[in-house]
Amino acid sequence: MFGYTMEEVGNIVVMQGFSGLSLFSVLLLMALGLAIIFGQMGVINMAHGEFMTVGAYTTVFMSKLAVKYEIVDSYFIFAIIAAFILAFFIGYFIEYLLIRHLYKRPLDTLLATWGLSLVMQQIFRSTFGAKEVSAELPEWLLGSFKPTPDIDIPINGVFVMVLALIVTVGVYLFMFRSRGGLRIRATMQNRIMAGAVGINTQKVDRLTFALGCGIAGVAGAAFTTISSTGPTTGSLYIVDSFMVVVFGGAASLMGTIASAFGIAQAQSILQFFMTSSMGKVSTLMTIVIILMMRPEGLFASKVRK
Amino acid sequence: MGNIYKSQFAKKSAVVAGISLALGLSLGINNATAADFPTAVVNTTGLAVTDTSVTVGILHSATGTMAISETGSIQAEKLAIAQINEMGGILGRKIEVIQEDGASDWPTFAEKSKKLLENDKVAAVFGCWTSASRKAALPVFEKDNGLLFYPTFYEGLEQSKNVFYTGQEATQQILAGLDWIAKEKKAKTYYLIGSDYIWPRTSMKIARKHIEQHLGGKVVGEEYVALGDTQFGSVINKIKLKKPDVIYAAVVGGSNVAWFKQLNAAGLNAKKQTMLTISVTEDEVLGIGGENLEGFYTAMKYFQSLKNPNNEKFVAEFKKAYGEAAVIGDVTQAAYLGPWLWKAAVERAGSFDVDKAVVALPGYELTTAPEGYVKVDPNHHLFSKLRIGQWRKDGQADVVYESELIAPDPFPKGYQ
Repeated sequence: MFGYTMEEVGNIVVMQGFSGLSLFSVLLLMALGLAIIFGQMGVINMAHGEFMTVGAYTTVFMSKLAVKYEIVDSYFIFAIIAAFILAFFIGYFIEYLLIRHLYKRPLDTLLATWGLSLVMQQIFRSTFGAKEVSAELPEWLLGSFKPTPDIDIPINGVFVMVLALIVTVGVYLFMFRSRGGLRIRATMQNRIMAGAVGINTQKVDRLTFALGCGIAGVAGAAFTTISSTGPTTGSLYIVDSFMVVVFGGAASLMGTIASAFGIAQAQSILQFFMTSSMGKVSTLMTIVIILMMRPEGLFASKVRK
Repeated sequence: MGNIYKSQFAKKSAVVAGISLALGLSLGINNATAADFPTAVVNTTGLAVTDTSVTVGILHSATGTMAISETGSIQAEKLAIAQINEMGGILGRKIEVIQEDGASDWPTFAEKSKKLLENDKVAAVFGCWTSASRKAALPVFEKDNGLLFYPTFYEGLEQSKNVFYTGQEATQQILAGLDWIAKEKKAKTYYLIGSDYIWPRTSMKIARKHIEQHLGGKVVGEEYVALGDTQFGSVINKIKLKKPDVIYAAVVGGSNVAWFKQLNAAGLNAKKQTMLTISVTEDEVLGIGGENLEGFYTAMKYFQSLKNPNNEKFVAEFKKAYGEAAVIGDVTQAAYLGPWLWKAAVERAGSFDVDKAVVALPGYELTTAPEGYVKVDPNHHLFSKLRIGQWRKDGQADVVYESELIAPDPFPKGYQ
């Protein structure tokens, strides 16, 4: 087939399938936090990428400690937890200081969070230097898994995939199977009613925002294995994150998952058969056309307006 | 096959004679005091020159996306200026610096250039980094008759009276490197990949022509990835299918880090795949991680590990000024040349006037350059060598090949 042996084609199909799934988990992981903040709260958080950078720098910092205390093999799990906690608390304070004053002015949150992203970038730059850094990764995260001599499955890709699965299941359980999630959904669906039945809606807002930021931190930590860590790393992800959430239908978790899957597969396959830029352009074009037909996104939320 | 980069290089004896002349000239002038050069004589166009000082501008991005790359250039230029001041300055005058921030925003570069040239009346500017920022600032320099020293290796196709280019133009960086890899690795098939903007596209155009017309090789894939793209899964699979002898890469920025990390994770390391890149310097290695680059090749004119007395001195002084952990990439070294070349221009002209300095510089040979020896061509670019470095795990490169001195050819015939 096209001058390649069947075996070669088979190998590529396997690896290409994997890279589609891998891209899916990357997109999902970067969009989940935003799906909560933008989808549930309606806050356009332009600083989402910077919360991912917080996670990335936390990982780099932890890796330095790990090298010092010779626990490089096991630190990564702790780094992810630390990234979540740090991003969570930064998000918590940002909500208190900035976001809560702007709930009734969605376009102003856009500007304010964009400003916040610039401020955060410059803080990273002043603290960690303008140059990119890299985390010391444990041996088990490097290299590839080889089921046959000609098939390479990148281990960092598998890792991101497993993490995306854990986080998604975690978010699902929290949102739909816990009291906390119930409060969040109640507040977002009908704030006044929720307040009337005794839910502290301000506290719910703060926790929701912080949760979204914390998940962004986890994503940032995971992405140190596949991508760069620098002051402006966050800006590499922000567009894709919004694309996934908006395309999926802002208020729907399932929509986010479906949209990440669709975009990832389309992009991955198109980029294989076209050039990389053209693949991306075609994907975006398709999204634009579908959004023109379905402005609410793939999974429109059925709420009375 | 008509190596255009060797053609101008028959006159070695003339070069040697030139070195001794230049040395004598600069030594003689260093003892000069400002009194020997009255301000009214050395500055007839109203530049910021007093009896004791001369003001220059530094214009790079200290903030924004490009700060990652441009910080090294700012440091190098300041170091060179400090060293020149320690030696007594220029024509007996200390150099004072006004630093402006281009903020990674191209129109800002134009605005700040205007400010430096029209308000501050600086005698020279060391600055710009990306081609886009240079293209934005260029009309201002030409209109106000300023003098710009531009440090980055770039795509060529430009020559201005008001600019000296201290990095390599594309043919200097590309042709000799491809010749080497074709010969050394017996490479027949090439896969070209770059970020999607002017420099990689122009460079790949030159590379493709050279591969197809001069090396008898075949380009099996040519690919451009959007700036900032971090997902290379599909591209890597395509490369695996095509099995090129050599990947020729010019990916930049955050994408570059992702590219190498994912390439390595997909099993394409240097043991399995030969790669020559023209977009990785010591600065980038910090972000990519030495383990992801180990064994791959880069073509540049300068590596920090270069062994010569000039460079050892330069590296030591750079680290003394900016800390042991500081690394020096190709552009940082080229930026360091700027103030020294400007000093030479002014001293040869005996004047700060841009018109006089500009015509005095071509033909000048700088023998104290960390990269060894450079000579200024009448086309305002530098003669320089090309080196191939092979990356080590510690983030430094072993220089495995060094070309002859290559003449700059910003408008290469047959490559456009």
